[in-house]
Amino acid sequence: MKLEWLTPGMTALMLLSPLSTAEAQSGTVYEHTLENGLKILVREDHRAPVVVSQVWYKVGSSYEPGGITGISHMLEHMMFKGTKDYPAGEFSRIVAENGGQENAFTGADYTAYFQTLEKSRLEISFKLEADRMRNLDLKAEELEKELQVVTEERRMRTDDKPRAKTHEQFAAVAFTNSPYQNPVIGWPSDIARYKIEDLQAWYQKWYAPNNATLVVVGDVQADDVIGLATRHFGGLKPSEIQPAKPQDEIPQVGPRKLTVKAPAQLPYVMMGYKVPVLKTARPEWEAYALEVLAGILDGGNSARLSSRLIRGKQLAVSANADYDMTSRLQDLFLLEGTPADGKSVFDLEYALKDEVAQLQNDLVTPDELQRVKAQVAANDVFQKDSNFYQAMQLGLLETVGLGWQKADEYVQKINQVTAEQVRAVARKYLIEDSLTVAYLDPQPINETAKPNKTAGGRHAF
Amino acid sequence: MRFNLYALCLMLIGPITHAGVDIQHWQTSQGSRVYFVPTPSLPMVDIRVTFDAGSARDGDQFGLAAMTSAMLDTGAGEWDADQIAGRLESVGAAFDAGVSEDTGWLSLRSLTEKPLLEKALSTFQTLLTQPRFSEADFQREQSRMLAALKHREESPGALAQIAFGKALYHDHPYAHPEEGMVETVAGFTTDDLKQFHRRYYVAANAIVVIVGDMQKDQAQRIAEQLMSGLPVGEKPTELPPVEMPAKAGMQHIEFPSSQTHVLSGLPGVERKDPDYFTLYVGNYILGGGSLVSRLFDEVREKRGLAYSASSQFVPLFRKGPFVMSLQTRNDQTAQAIAVMDQTLKDFIENGPSAAELEAAKKNITGGFALRTDNNSKLTEYVTMIGFYQQPLDYLDTFPAKVEAVTLEQIKDAFQRRIRPEWLQTVTVGNSAGATKTH
Repeated sequence: MKLEWLTPGMTALMLLSPLSTAEAQSGTVYEHTLENGLKILVREDHRAPVVVSQVWYKVGSSYEPGGITGISHMLEHMMFKGTKDYPAGEFSRIVAENGGQENAFTGADYTAYFQTLEKSRLEISFKLEADRMRNLDLKAEELEKELQVVTEERRMRTDDKPRAKTHEQFAAVAFTNSPYQNPVIGWPSDIARYKIEDLQAWYQKWYAPNNATLVVVGDVQADDVIGLATRHFGGLKPSEIQPAKPQDEIPQVGPRKLTVKAPAQLPYVMMGYKVPVLKTARPEWEAYALEVLAGILDGGNSARLSSRLIRGKQLAVSANADYDMTSRLQDLFLLEGTPADGKSVFDLEYALKDEVAQLQNDLVTPDELQRVKAQVAANDVFQKDSNFYQAMQLGLLETVGLGWQKADEYVQKINQVTAEQVRAVARKYLIEDSLTVAYLDPQPINETAKPNKTAGGRHAF
Repeated sequence: MRFNLYALCLMLIGPITHAGVDIQHWQTSQGSRVYFVPTPSLPMVDIRVTFDAGSARDGDQFGLAAMTSAMLDTGAGEWDADQIAGRLESVGAAFDAGVSEDTGWLSLRSLTEKPLLEKALSTFQTLLTQPRFSEADFQREQSRMLAALKHREESPGALAQIAFGKALYHDHPYAHPEEGMVETVAGFTTDDLKQFHRRYYVAANAIVVIVGDMQKDQAQRIAEQLMSGLPVGEKPTELPPVEMPAKAGMQHIEFPSSQTHVLSGLPGVERKDPDYFTLYVGNYILGGGSLVSRLFDEVREKRGLAYSASSQFVPLFRKGPFVMSLQTRNDQTAQAIAVMDQTLKDFIENGPSAAELEAAKKNITGGFALRTDNNSKLTEYVTMIGFYQQPLDYLDTFPAKVEAVTLEQIKDAFQRRIRPEWLQTVTVGNSAGATKTH
């Protein structure tokens, strides 16, 4: 078991830096759109005789109206329950027999399915994915069982995890009308009441070639892949897709605070400022400047949160910053942490705010900027080690509407960020009036067998 | 870009392989074994130094190996933690260190451009050979470790793991969790860490794995340079064998969670165990094939009792655990355990069907290429081969060994090795309904 904060992560950067165009033959992305609207992206990577194939649908929890939150994720589960040609279980059985790995994932802005296979088996993936793109055979009795599975999943991921629970309630308070206020897995009472008709409607509405992107990365020839994809997906009928309504978050007009009580051993604080993302930032450099700012705070062990709060002042046992510039809608710049023994969540909150204040008052040093840029450049190479990650980058950027080409600009745009720009975004966005703060107030674990027991009094909130 | 993923099921990456990996092997002048795989396609290198210095070497100071490992980059040679991190991160390099039951390891990932690699390497070598273990750093890291151990107690799954280890291994060095316990970690001193480091982080006890964009002569120089700063020392004595449980055990820990976490199993196989391939293939059918196994099918697909249900053999130097696991709503724990038990019982009594065995072989051999398709995975694999002294053609011969496994062998191996009367079962959750009858 890895204890989570022993190696402070580089959340913002490690996962972010995509791919550069400088790469010669294996870096090129081939793009092709079928007549029915299916977009195909292929990147050849000939290092090993394998291929990853991903189908990305432009739908996720942020597309969901109230009452059926989590339905995108529920449908993701149901996509493994069979079609007329391949009844329940067949899909996974066939992929497994071909030595493949497969799975799927749902986020706020996307739902995606993938197979990783030895290169000669790519057609199997296409055949099965094309079939279930339009021919899913939704059955009420399967839904009933799978509802229980998703309920167990929710218990495991959220209900029994004090910090995950805090995140969930935090998002619900931080956002007023943005769909990001809802958890990807959905609210329990919604999960309990999905009907097969709801699933059917959701499937009909969003699962169509003109709402999907097929991404293939691996030891393949782009022409062959496009030919193969045309053969299997080309005959699928497109749908009339109504884009999601904007649901722009209303301006926040003052700080928000909440406390989450849960059986836990340690207190925890998370803070979030409303910030633009790449899709909403005007001018665009603001998003890159926020990205660099995240790296200044939390780009490894030498970044400010580690060196100042964990080691220097020893206020925190963990402290992180997180910014997702590729969200579809306006999002949050997050700061979070666990106070050191003898320190309170308030001590840590003030220390984090002090770090923000310093970014607003003083320019970051040339060394710090150089370090973030060096990390971005190195990670750009390191991430090419994984075909899966490369495919994920392309699929995500395309699906949120940024276009996969953004991957190619990333290193260059980060390199153009100046110290003044970092200070400017700190001043403009990391402000008290758009801040939400959540505290986890630990309740005793051993005595909570009695459900009505209230706060242990260890922390006065 | 953070990905909020809700995967259908946890990806279970099994042990594994792919034919045609050219592992070059030699020894440094100090006797450390070196394993090198040239991968010229990306200008980067992964270097991993592994010692027989895992949590099994803790003695009664549970967590000592982990704490020693966690301190390595907090001060070394002339540098403090800030300077170390600054040196590595200014060239985009990534350092990591950690422990398993059997091993303690340090790893470096760097670009191969000369000035960048040189700075990364000299820093890495200093961390490897001259850690300071200063009192101030120790105080801070110890208190962070203690906080992490407290945090662990928030997790019913983690508590189940701890109790399960104890139930399987009693007083064996595999019994305690790698990170140790609050009581033991609170008692460490810097001297304990220094002694541990002096004893185990020595050239005779090290293997070096290098995977990346370079020629053999450069890899040779790097390995020699890294090991030359270490005393030769000696290998520790082998770990004692594991005693099998005398009888089945059942333990429940009360916890205020909405799910009960269930672990059930017994000491399983050694890395060099002659039954390993047979049990590995058999387990794919029982609970290893993530979306297609019997346990997954019976517990999740047919009954919707859990999000995940699986089984696994963890081969170690000595018998690592065989474990079946699931989590389910508190009040249906007994039912879920009954299904799990019945699934296992059927499998032991009757073995797999011919079709299941065929499917398992197709998956394992057909997916070989996926197991070593990038530098990260290769580094992991080659480290395993080196540390457990598997043949260098391990990856090449694996498919044939899998192909050779028969129905009778699986049935026989499970009947001999997985005795229900030895099963240890641990449940952690909030319910009186979690009782079990074998």
